[in-house]
Amino acid sequence: MSAADRSMTETILAGSDAQTDRQRRARRTFRFRKVRRETLLGWLFVVPALAIYLAFVILPLAITVQYSLYRWDGFNTPVWVGPDNYVNVFTDPDLLNTIFNAFKLIFFFSLIPVTLGLVVASIIRRTATGGLGNVSRTVLFLPQVIPLVAAGIVWKVVLSLTGVANGFLSVIGLDSITRAWLGDFDWALVAVGLIGTWVLLGLCTLLLLTGMTKIDPALYESARIDGAGAVREFLAITLPSLKQEIAVCVTVTVIAALRSFDIVYVATGGGPGLSTMVPGLDIYLLAFQARAVGVASALAVVLIVLILVLIIPIQWLSRENGE
Amino acid sequence: MSLAYSHSRRVLGGLAALALVATACTSSVATPTLVPATPTAAPTAAPTTAPSVAASPTAPDEATYCGTAPVVLNAYFETGFDLPFKLSDEFTKEFPNVTWKISQDQFTNLTNETPRLLASDTPPDLIRLPTMSSLVKDNLLMNLDKYVTAFGWDKWPASLLLQNRVSSTGVRGSGSLYAAGLNYSMTGVFYNKKLAAQIGMTTPPTTVADFEALLAKAKAAGLQPIMQWNASASGGGLAFPLQNLMAAYGPTGPINDWIFDVKGATIDTPANLTAAQHLQQWVTAGYFPSDVNSIEYADSNSRFVKGTGVFTFNGDWENADYDKNAPGNVGFFAFPSATAGGIHGAMSAPLTYGIAAKAKNADCAAFFLNWVATNTTARQIDVTVGGSNPGGPSDLPVPTSAAGSVTNDTLSQGALVTKDSGGMDFIANSTGSIFAQGWTPELQKMVGGKEDAASLLKDVQAEYAKELSQ
Repeated sequence: MSAADRSMTETILAGSDAQTDRQRRARRTFRFRKVRRETLLGWLFVVPALAIYLAFVILPLAITVQYSLYRWDGFNTPVWVGPDNYVNVFTDPDLLNTIFNAFKLIFFFSLIPVTLGLVVASIIRRTATGGLGNVSRTVLFLPQVIPLVAAGIVWKVVLSLTGVANGFLSVIGLDSITRAWLGDFDWALVAVGLIGTWVLLGLCTLLLLTGMTKIDPALYESARIDGAGAVREFLAITLPSLKQEIAVCVTVTVIAALRSFDIVYVATGGGPGLSTMVPGLDIYLLAFQARAVGVASALAVVLIVLILVLIIPIQWLSRENGE
Repeated sequence: MSLAYSHSRRVLGGLAALALVATACTSSVATPTLVPATPTAAPTAAPTTAPSVAASPTAPDEATYCGTAPVVLNAYFETGFDLPFKLSDEFTKEFPNVTWKISQDQFTNLTNETPRLLASDTPPDLIRLPTMSSLVKDNLLMNLDKYVTAFGWDKWPASLLLQNRVSSTGVRGSGSLYAAGLNYSMTGVFYNKKLAAQIGMTTPPTTVADFEALLAKAKAAGLQPIMQWNASASGGGLAFPLQNLMAAYGPTGPINDWIFDVKGATIDTPANLTAAQHLQQWVTAGYFPSDVNSIEYADSNSRFVKGTGVFTFNGDWENADYDKNAPGNVGFFAFPSATAGGIHGAMSAPLTYGIAAKAKNADCAAFFLNWVATNTTARQIDVTVGGSNPGGPSDLPVPTSAAGSVTNDTLSQGALVTKDSGGMDFIANSTGSIFAQGWTPELQKMVGGKEDAASLLKDVQAEYAKELSQ
């Protein structure tokens, strides 16, 4: 190669070098622009939802917190009372009682549906395939489709003194324990709780059943080859594989228990006495009937905090174990 | 999450309320207990001459108050009750220059909305009112004193206007007039005529002891002595017999003071304790249904109409239902006194309508209220459609209903109560939530054996004090 050639090559090379550099820079700029445009586009998609979330979730939440620091009848000028409403919530035995009732409902709204849901789901998975499985799934899920208000009215009839529940008890010879279940001080909360169980069992079963279909059938096969029975199979394979689904079930049902309103409102209205009064209903009554918006807001804030305190650890545990 | 849920809860609550109201309405229930103002002081059924007031020379001239140009009255009525609609139709028929723009809503919704409606730029000329002390305090209601003199309402029985008077300190029962009643309801004891005859009741009891003897006879005969409701959804219906007993064992004045929130008033008095003890005895004797704590208003009524229960404590807003579904078989008497010849006490309240302080056609609306109380046709509509006494001047005859109807019983017994000045507002109306948070749960506890008569009164008084201090 001649010197001229070499120099030309170098020039070309240098030129190509320069060109690549420019191209690279241009590409980077382009990529940068693209990223910026994507971000912008992303925000554009997020903004409507965010605006709605801010307007209908964050803002009311902030206003509720604000209200909780005032004494206000909903119309006249509010009077600043600081933490008085919160003191009221934690010292008034009636208000505390509503919170305790909500915790008792967790047993019926969460513990029973999740436990029973696991059992029912594994039975359906093992035995009821095809048509029967579909039918049982539909029947169990039906309570989720029926409006709670309508369900509450029907349950009220079923649990009345002359209702189907007592008729059934009489037939099987338990005439002595028949009563107006929703009007009985000792049993009204249990009766309301069982309505909750009825509503939420289907939801839990369906969620857990869906989770079960994700489990590799080979695991069950090898377990069977190893001589595992149904119980062992359930404990060793099904349960550990369903941690995420169980966490979702527990989260949803615990929230349903603590914030319960419609079932209680329709079935008992909080009675007899205050034996089935729950925070959700009391907040409504305080705000719209007693016009004590401050106390109602304070109770609402306490309820929100309680729900978060219970739910966050469940979320945290399930995530940690899942990973 | 939490807020979205609190929002949906509110919506659901609304729906539930609607469902409940819808259920209630199927039997034309006034849910009297929830209603902070329905029926009172049943006016007198006195004299006999029947001057057609519309034609009477002293009747106020429509043109003076409504003018001659077309007027549109802006009105808010309560859904489910025909009376105001029928009256407004008749009014337009008589005075064609007045037409109506009628909005309607369930009573509970109206209660929540009233302050905002009254304060709005298009305030109602006429509106069905809940308890009104706070509305007066906020200067939202028109002071009707000028109409009292202009229309001669001051010559009506004073008890008719009492409950709609509010003093400058916000206490009901005295001071300026802020509303008027379309009619005045009457409460007491309805009875199933066949079953009452079966236990040997030929005339209404004249003392509480007489009445209790009848209850015992009914129980012994295997009948349900009293049908009543006491479930939270419709509120403690045992407040009806309780208040009747209170008026039988003590004067009505202090009870009204308590309802009107007069400073220092208490419900925990020796006379009321006696009354509450009697009610407790009725509970333990099994005079109420064993499931009374889960019986709702409509349920109680349909059971009574179908023949379960010799007696039921209720008000004349059920007359139409009884006359339709148990024609000729329902009678009525005012609750007797403790001693023979004592006064007859009864809860009774006006069907209250007010005029916004900023109303554009206040004069015409007031003229309408006066017309309802004095016009012969309007008074007849009041009785036929509303089933209650139209009030008005005591020299106007009370229209009658069909022969054998229970309405005639309630009207004539109402005259007794008026004569005795035994009218009272409802103890359920003393504060916004005394019924839901006080009477209902405490009466339920008494039924459930969780509480005795003394602690019932003590606990309700404590709740009352708490609510007034909030």
